[in-house]
Amino acid sequence: MAAWQRSSASNGTPAPVLSVRNLEVRYFTRAGTVQAVRDVSFDLHAGESIALIGESGCGKTTLGLALLRLLPKGARIVDGEIRYRRRNGQVIDVLQLDQEEIRRFRWQECAMVFQGALNALNPVLRVWDQMLDTARAHAALSRDEVRERSERLLRMVQLEPERVLNAYPHELSGGMRQRVMIAMSLLLDPQIIIYDEPTTALDILTQRAIIEVLRSLRDQLDFSMLFISHDLPLAAELADRVATMYAGKIIEVGDVREIFYNPRHPYTLGLIKAVPPIVGELYDISSIPGTPPNLIEPPSGCSFHPRCPYARERCAREVPPLYEVGSLHTSACHYWQEVKLERQVVETGD
Amino acid sequence: MTEPLIALDHVSMVFKARRGGVKAVDDVSLSLEAGEVLCLVGESGSGKTTTGKIVAGLLKPTSGSVRFRGQDIWQMDKARFKAYRRAVQIVHQDPYASLNPIHTVFTILATPLQRHGMVRGRAEAVRRVLELLETVDLTPPESFLFKYPHQLSGGQRQRVSIARALTVNPELIVADEATSMVDVSIRVSLLNTLQRLRDELGVGFLFITHDLAIAKYFAWHGRVAVMYLGRVVEFSPTPALINDPQHPYTRALLAAIPEPDPDLTRRKGKLQLRSLDIPSLLHIPPGCSFHPRCPLFEAGLCDVQRPDLVPIDEKRLVACHVVARERTGTIAKHAASPVGISSDPVIGADLGEYGKESS
Amino acid sequence: MAQAARPGQLELAPPGLGQRLATAVKVFFRLLAHSKAGFLGFLGVLFFVVLALAGPIIVPDAGRPDMTKIYQPPSLEHPLGTDYEGRDVLKQMLRGGRAIIVVAVLAATLSTLISIAFGALAAYAGGWLDSLIMMLTDVVLTIPQFPLLVVLSAFVKLDRPWLLATLIALLSWPTLLRAVRAQVLSLKEREYVEAARALDLGTTRILFGEILPNMASYIVMSFTIGMTAAIYAQVALYFLGLAPLAGENWGIMLNLAWVRGAIFYKDSLMYILAPVLAISLLQLAMVTMSRSLEDVFNPRLRES
Ligand SMILES: Nc1ncnc2c1ncn2[C@@H]1O[C@H](COP(=O)(O)OP(=O)(O)OP(=O)(O)O)[C@@H](O)[C@H]1O
Ligand SMILES: Nc1ncnc2c1ncn2[C@@H]1O[C@H](COP(=O)(O)OP(=O)(O)OP(=O)(O)O)[C@@H](O)[C@H]1O
Ligand code: SF4
Ligand code: SF4
Ligand SMILES: [Mg+2]
Ligand SMILES: [Mg+2]
Repeated sequence: MAAWQRSSASNGTPAPVLSVRNLEVRYFTRAGTVQAVRDVSFDLHAGESIALIGESGCGKTTLGLALLRLLPKGARIVDGEIRYRRRNGQVIDVLQLDQEEIRRFRWQECAMVFQGALNALNPVLRVWDQMLDTARAHAALSRDEVRERSERLLRMVQLEPERVLNAYPHELSGGMRQRVMIAMSLLLDPQIIIYDEPTTALDILTQRAIIEVLRSLRDQLDFSMLFISHDLPLAAELADRVATMYAGKIIEVGDVREIFYNPRHPYTLGLIKAVPPIVGELYDISSIPGTPPNLIEPPSGCSFHPRCPYARERCAREVPPLYEVGSLHTSACHYWQEVKLERQVVETGD
Repeated sequence: MTEPLIALDHVSMVFKARRGGVKAVDDVSLSLEAGEVLCLVGESGSGKTTTGKIVAGLLKPTSGSVRFRGQDIWQMDKARFKAYRRAVQIVHQDPYASLNPIHTVFTILATPLQRHGMVRGRAEAVRRVLELLETVDLTPPESFLFKYPHQLSGGQRQRVSIARALTVNPELIVADEATSMVDVSIRVSLLNTLQRLRDELGVGFLFITHDLAIAKYFAWHGRVAVMYLGRVVEFSPTPALINDPQHPYTRALLAAIPEPDPDLTRRKGKLQLRSLDIPSLLHIPPGCSFHPRCPLFEAGLCDVQRPDLVPIDEKRLVACHVVARERTGTIAKHAASPVGISSDPVIGADLGEYGKESS
Repeated sequence: MAQAARPGQLELAPPGLGQRLATAVKVFFRLLAHSKAGFLGFLGVLFFVVLALAGPIIVPDAGRPDMTKIYQPPSLEHPLGTDYEGRDVLKQMLRGGRAIIVVAVLAATLSTLISIAFGALAAYAGGWLDSLIMMLTDVVLTIPQFPLLVVLSAFVKLDRPWLLATLIALLSWPTLLRAVRAQVLSLKEREYVEAARALDLGTTRILFGEILPNMASYIVMSFTIGMTAAIYAQVALYFLGLAPLAGENWGIMLNLAWVRGAIFYKDSLMYILAPVLAISLLQLAMVTMSRSLEDVFNPRLRES
């Protein structure tokens, strides 16, 4: 009867590991109620990698935190469903788990590497102690097991276990710390990992190292990945599917190639046109006019309408549903048929 | 022969640190013509900001000279120095730290105008401020006049910063990561504003960024200098640098950058570096400072001799032994300095009379 | 304020001084009202200031000694009882605040001025001037302050308010100066200050227009802290009898109550307690008020 069951049955693909339906998250603040996540639904399949992209403040981190029920004080999931399928096929309702169950769910089933993870390590504890603490807090593992696993994982993220385990966080560079966090997220062999801005604030060569590490981990281990980024190239590099978020809503979802070559939402299109490729010719780039929306009073109808070049009168009135615009490609735009990406070359290189 | 607007000549900057000195800028020579766009790219800590401050006269280099229209700025008389100061303005990276929170936009913009006698009376100040706000695309300008910085978005603040730089009619703006902290969707329009200033007002730019895509877009008709650990390693016209990089470091950078295009980025050949870690400025490797990571490294050459920034054709300069040999048949040898000087944290001799930092 | 933030509204005329002052006062009260403790503190300080100014006017003299009424318990006629000479305690209380508060304000003003002027100078000029000022500061700082005050009081007759104030101020500026210097040093590195340097706005304007206004809350807080310190110093001097016991103030009352043995009479409890309570309440009011002042000066917080 629930949508998540029906969808899996109808198209024959295996049921998703994570299925989110109509999720609503609000922050209750003095200035008003921030509608940070609005009516979000999506599925994450086994072994898949989804990129969640969107500009600052659109609710990406909030969505990630909500999936693990890690929201800060003042924030609440006011509606929706989060279904998770264990490796043995048992489906659980994340929102119904009690405190003890949710603690085990985090890290064992679903781990998250937070935004600003560079500072997330405890500065007065050695890496090894933090590994041990994390493992012990969420699962019953012996010291030797933890040791063996962390060494294996650290080698996978191209760090020397002997050196890193005995180091304090400040002795490691930003890229090394980020890799430690990635190794730590895999410690309890979760099915899902959420990475919030895994490469932001890192240098290009370090970013590249992180990307390669994530890619090789996905080849070797079996987990699904939801990564949050405002960095489109990262999505192009690592995602199987891309979900665009705007003003708390997911407004377009599709296969990575579909989204980048055939975006059907004006906002996604705008983002893509704002970020040109590096090598090759000089492309015409343009920005999205206007300013990001206020989530306390999001615009009526389609929230993008004050900034949308395709907007018409109807857009301010009617909330667009997610239209099927291609195979496994949906877009929340009334006029998706008109949206088309054309790159214009301004000049060719010498 | 006409003098360039700004010329740095063998400029170095050593900061005193607890353990020896930090050589943030190491023997950099650059010159900028009036109205030119020069991009400085490099990773964090490569000395871009320091170089920018030296160009703006906000930091006095520990050695080397900075010339403005041929005159050494640190030898100038007071009046000339002031004129130079105003001719070179700076726009900072952080839109939240670059405006004084206690002043309104009007005060921020009117103060320099009034101070330098560029407007007479309040009415004229208001008029000129409105004009400036319009120049930086803050419209309608009236609605911004009496706003405080905290009432503006990051992008709007950046525009006010730019307007503030424009108050004194500068010839050169040092834009230090001026667009990196605003959202992607807004970044382009900010860049467009800057580009318009360049085209319409003829303002030159020293454009500092760690983002090669931005450098490519903004400085397509200009040049790019790539910095690594305080040194310029490649200096080329932008299209050549982007599409035919020469220095192994530049090549690594370009190969490493993910493209916003799934097929392209997954096809891109990746350059394998020998090490992922950036050396500390306190222990700069001897010889070519990139040698511990360089895939073209040649033992006995790269780790002993420091490569000079030498021309490899009419337009391009590269500091690499191997590239120089392949392109020109000679090795980029550093004649003047003894081998391995850059690994020595304290440079005693050539500090000379520049030893003291000025404010 | 809300109406200023609305875009599209044309307001070309900059707000005049009167208008700005009115807004400032309004905002001040709104923010004080925001934190209840702060507002109570403010009311308390206001009460004491009014008392200090008006007390001696309301009560023109403290009455003559009356040996028949020595150490009387509180009564309708004498709500706080009488003292060792049979004078009314309440009247003395009302008259005794002015001297203390005036000296405290003078001392705090002076020490704040000294520390701001020289602290800012040291930080901004740097070099040998900085070293010199800091050396002096350290010297003064290492002298044990109160004992020095005690010694000095043996040589200087502290019968003038300004003399007492100057002495207290001369000993209390170093801590504040160090703090001011540290603040200026950090503000000096701010990007807007760097921009101001590039714009050649001049040292004076940078110091007074860009740096110091950002320290306003800090300065006011230091001022109140200076005042509390000055009050304690005075009371201590009077209590120990190191300043001439001429005139009336809470410190002198305390001294006399102690010396004349009021503490041995249970009927004169209020005689001793009244000045102690008044001083403590004033201090408490100032501390709570200064805590909430930060919000008043922060333009970001004026919004909500
Ligand atoms: N603790 C909080 N209290 C109140 N509002 C909050 C809180 N955290 C976030 N918000 C608001 O919720 C919205 C979504 O924030 P969120 O951090 O999820 O955005 P984001 O997409 O992750 O942005 P970024 O790219 O900057 O990390 C924003 O408008 C933000 O202001
Ligand atoms: N005032 C200073 N005192 C001491 N060291 C400094 C000072 N300013 C900069 N440095 C050091 O000089 C080096 C170069 O710094 P700089 O800010 O020029 O780098 P950058 O290329 O601008 O880096 P980023 O991309 O992070 O802004 C850094 O290692 C920095 O720590
Ligand atoms: S629904 Fe209308 S406003 Fe929204 S994206 Fe589509 S065209 Fe634009
Ligand atoms: S000089 Fe040698 S180490 Fe340096 S970049 Fe060239 S090849 Fe690499
Ligand atoms: Mg976030
Ligand atoms: Mg910098």
